[in-house]
Amino acid sequence: MSQEPGIASAPKRGVPIWIQIIIWLGLLGLLGILAAGLLKARHPILSVGSPVPDFTLTLFSGYEYHNASQVRLSDLRGQVIVVNFWASWCQPCAGEAPDVEAAWNSYAKSGKVIFLGVDYLDTEPAARTYLTEFNISYPNGPDMGRRISQIFNSNLGVPETYIIDQRGVLQFAQIGPFQSSAEIQAILDPLLAGE
Amino acid sequence: MKKKDLSLISSSFIILGLLLIPTISVSAQQPTPSDDQVNAIARQLYCPVCENTPLDVCPTTACHQWRELIRQMLAEGKSEAEIKQYFVDYYGASVLSEPPASGINWLVYIVPPVAFLVGVFLLFQAFRTWKKAAKEPMTGSASSLIHGTDPASGSAPDDPYISRLEEELKKRK
Repeated sequence: MSQEPGIASAPKRGVPIWIQIIIWLGLLGLLGILAAGLLKARHPILSVGSPVPDFTLTLFSGYEYHNASQVRLSDLRGQVIVVNFWASWCQPCAGEAPDVEAAWNSYAKSGKVIFLGVDYLDTEPAARTYLTEFNISYPNGPDMGRRISQIFNSNLGVPETYIIDQRGVLQFAQIGPFQSSAEIQAILDPLLAGE
Repeated sequence: MKKKDLSLISSSFIILGLLLIPTISVSAQQPTPSDDQVNAIARQLYCPVCENTPLDVCPTTACHQWRELIRQMLAEGKSEAEIKQYFVDYYGASVLSEPPASGINWLVYIVPPVAFLVGVFLLFQAFRTWKKAAKEPMTGSASSLIHGTDPASGSAPDDPYISRLEEELKKRK
């Protein structure tokens, strides 16, 4: 068969195949990272009913848990855990602080509930002033490097409170402040009754 | 006379010594860092609460607290690197205006130059290909299309558009 007149055999041109593969793989990798970021942004809050990943809270001196300067979530299994995120610069946090402290005082002696205050994006001197001002007595510590808030909500805004049952499963998420200590008790009592 | 001179010299040394005491005690204290010193560090950090706002210009209470913390740390004699590290440990690496070159952050430093180099390479390849194509002798059909001849007969087609185009080209020559 003779070649068609005017059509020369095309020489091999363009980008070598291995470079094309690398470019496509690179682009796919970047798209993968973007997709992961978008998925995380769409579902920022840990769902109620999910087991809460373990974390360790380093506590302010004077606000230790049984004289320990750190408390690990997995060590608190068997208790209902109230994780309250707050900051000294947050006005709604100041509004709910007396109610949270009152709720803590009503369960402190039972040993069945533990409150953990997590100071979010704050400075220690301001945080200490706040803790003293509201006579807060439950264990409190800073969210170092935002590692704890990222577990619960990647777009956290204070105040937020998360209640974890005796098995380490998230049972309630309060976005915004509580209006009274009775509101907190109304959530905790059924959890304690169903243990 | 000599005795008088000696006593005069010794008394002036004592007075000088007494004058130096408060100076030495003042220089041992850390002076309160100025706003400029605080802001020199604050502008390298971002407000962790309000996104995309440098700490030196952020008007919130939280930012004011952080600037005061920088002032306090400077007064304690902490270096710029130590203060920045404290902020990273406390609030996460996202407070830095420039992400640290570690982990996934490497992409920020690697992807743009690599993309630029790949782009340059692709352009170079494309130019080389175009140049090669321009140098190659034209094939029958391509030549005929440009010169307006029928490749089969070699005669000029009766296309008024091509005729006009050829006239225009002749005029320009």
